[in-house]
Amino acid sequence: MIEISPGPSSLSPGVHPFPHRHLLGINGLQPWEITYLLDEAEAWVTVNRGTAKHDGRLSGLTQINAFFENSTRTLLSFEIAGKRLGADVVNMAVASSSVKKGETLLDTALTLNAMRPDVIVIRHDASGAVALIAEKVDCPVLNAGDGRHEHPTQALLDALTIRRRKGRIEGLTVAICGDVLHSRVARSNILALTALGANVRVVAPPTLMPPAIEAMGVTPFLDMDRGIEGADVVMMLRLQRERMTGAYVPSSREYLAFYGLTRERLERAGKNALVMHPGPMNRGVEIESHVADDIHRSAITEQVEMGVAVRMACMDVLTRARRGVEGWA
Amino acid sequence: MTTPVAIINARIIDPVNGRETRGGVLCANRKIVAIGQVQVPSGAKRIDAKGTIVAPGFVDVGVFSADPHACAAGGITRVALMPDQSPVLDDPALVARATAARKPDLWVHPLAAATRGLEGLELAEIGLMKAAGAVGVATGRRWIASSGVMSRLFAYANAFDLPIIVHAEDGGLADGAAATAGETATRLGIPSAPSVAEALAVARDLMLAEQAGAHVHFRQLSTRASFDLIRQARKRGVRVSCGVSPAHLLLSDIAIGAFRTYARLSPPLRSEDDRLATIEAVRDGTVDLICSGHDPRGTDDKRLPYADAAPGMAGAETLLALSLTLVRDEVISLPRLVAMLSSTPASLLGLPAGQLKVGGDADLVVFDPDAPWRVDDDKMQGQAGNTPFDGLPVQGKVTATIKGGEIVSR
Repeated sequence: MIEISPGPSSLSPGVHPFPHRHLLGINGLQPWEITYLLDEAEAWVTVNRGTAKHDGRLSGLTQINAFFENSTRTLLSFEIAGKRLGADVVNMAVASSSVKKGETLLDTALTLNAMRPDVIVIRHDASGAVALIAEKVDCPVLNAGDGRHEHPTQALLDALTIRRRKGRIEGLTVAICGDVLHSRVARSNILALTALGANVRVVAPPTLMPPAIEAMGVTPFLDMDRGIEGADVVMMLRLQRERMTGAYVPSSREYLAFYGLTRERLERAGKNALVMHPGPMNRGVEIESHVADDIHRSAITEQVEMGVAVRMACMDVLTRARRGVEGWA
Repeated sequence: MTTPVAIINARIIDPVNGRETRGGVLCANRKIVAIGQVQVPSGAKRIDAKGTIVAPGFVDVGVFSADPHACAAGGITRVALMPDQSPVLDDPALVARATAARKPDLWVHPLAAATRGLEGLELAEIGLMKAAGAVGVATGRRWIASSGVMSRLFAYANAFDLPIIVHAEDGGLADGAAATAGETATRLGIPSAPSVAEALAVARDLMLAEQAGAHVHFRQLSTRASFDLIRQARKRGVRVSCGVSPAHLLLSDIAIGAFRTYARLSPPLRSEDDRLATIEAVRDGTVDLICSGHDPRGTDDKRLPYADAAPGMAGAETLLALSLTLVRDEVISLPRLVAMLSSTPASLLGLPAGQLKVGGDADLVVFDPDAPWRVDDDKMQGQAGNTPFDGLPVQGKVTATIKGGEIVSR
């Protein structure tokens, strides 16, 4: 058994269950801290399914979504989450310039900070960029994806989806399949799921398998049929099409044949294996439409729904000290 | 006439003969005039070494910046300057200017760019640059992708009797990489290249140098496979030498920590196994010299996301203190360390330096091998203080640097 929670009674007086200023990654979080965020998100799922979705707890607070890399889904999810909590949400879409982006980055951080936001959500195409900005600003920072490094809210929403569909995470076998090398989703999920006691496998062609990945506590597979055998969850990753020309994989046809999730291949997984995908999907490349659209197996739209709840929970928790919530100062 | 300088009460280390004696060194008119029991003339500046060491000034091969304050603080009296300057040292006039730049406190010996603009396409005017003062030819930070160009480079530079100083990293593998492939790069999601990128380049260049009969020097090597290739080549009689930096002897890629850009180096910090192999290669003599790789970078170059940050560290001031770890760990003797820092690099470049002899240039360093201090990037003397060793307590401090009979740091 892993230790899921120290329980409120075991915390010292004045110590709250999520003692982090920012959410920069899953790395560094204790299992019970991850569980705490999931529990908090659970409540927001209920709110979001009702008709009155508005909660004013972030009323008067300014949330800046600074996206240095293109995104539609994640940006929208954070925007909706902020608005449902009553925050004044400002979106700043900054196309990442090819040169001198670092200088722009720190200057932008200082500029953002001068506008006195209460929470900043950042996506950037360079690993570590969000942590760098976080050092320069006075408010909580949420990592919405940095390079190949981490995408913590994606891992939380995936964990929440799995927990709701399977009733638990501990002991499950989860196969993360596809372009693991370039995937921040994979890294954050590996950290979260292993922390919560899942048996995690990663499945990728040899060109997209990161070196020494087993050091992260996962079992690597180059053969997808073996990798998903008996799995409770099959988590597909998006194959970025530009990888096709980088001599990583020969063609989408070949990729589908060996690493795509087809109906036949899914038969090898556990009987009620859950199919997941962080989106947007390349249908017919990493996943067949039959599988993606199977409402009994696929949790893909549910992942999107959980995304809003998780982001509401994270923003609520991270701004509590700032809002003077009792016990969170 | 300069005021004579007398160093007394010293342990004198002569790296050429591997000998240690006691006594003093007297300098006058830019030369060493007496060694051993010296009579201090009246009016001479007197340095009482108090039982610490006097040795030839260090010669640092392959610095990216002729940084006089850092060098003086580090006991370095001559540097071989990499051609990666702005503009690139690919023209005789630029080489001549660089040669004169820091005199008299620091002598700069430029390395000529192997190819125009360091683009790896056309040979630069190597002969004319030698006439202008270049003491070697270097490929710069990059590798030359064309084996044809490299082959002609070895043949041509060899005709001018110049060593060819190579950066060994196969660009096809290392392009875009900011770390060595392994657990750290995987966890942090940093683009990485396998360490074999270095050995591949070493293997190719050894074969081409062997064919041309040229002297190839690998500026900084860092992997077990590379050192094995050097050992094999030596047995075949290839004219090869190589250097290492203290960073690769003391740190592995774990030092990257959470995107610590001060630890972003080229070649990148390697695995622990490669680090141990580097130490072993120093012990068994495979490694000829130790260089600082001095490449000071300001915060504008370093306060960036890891992969965007410029590689390099300020190394000149910590060169001795970090290298002395090898002596304390009994990897090598103190005279051998001094040789690796002075006489060996001098002889690689054909410089009349790195030795203690009457009549020779009075380039000296006085240092206390046991003096403790703490590396502090805010207190570095050089152009910038970016070092992955910031905060590290170290032992071994330069107490005086003498260049051409003049005290340049004390």
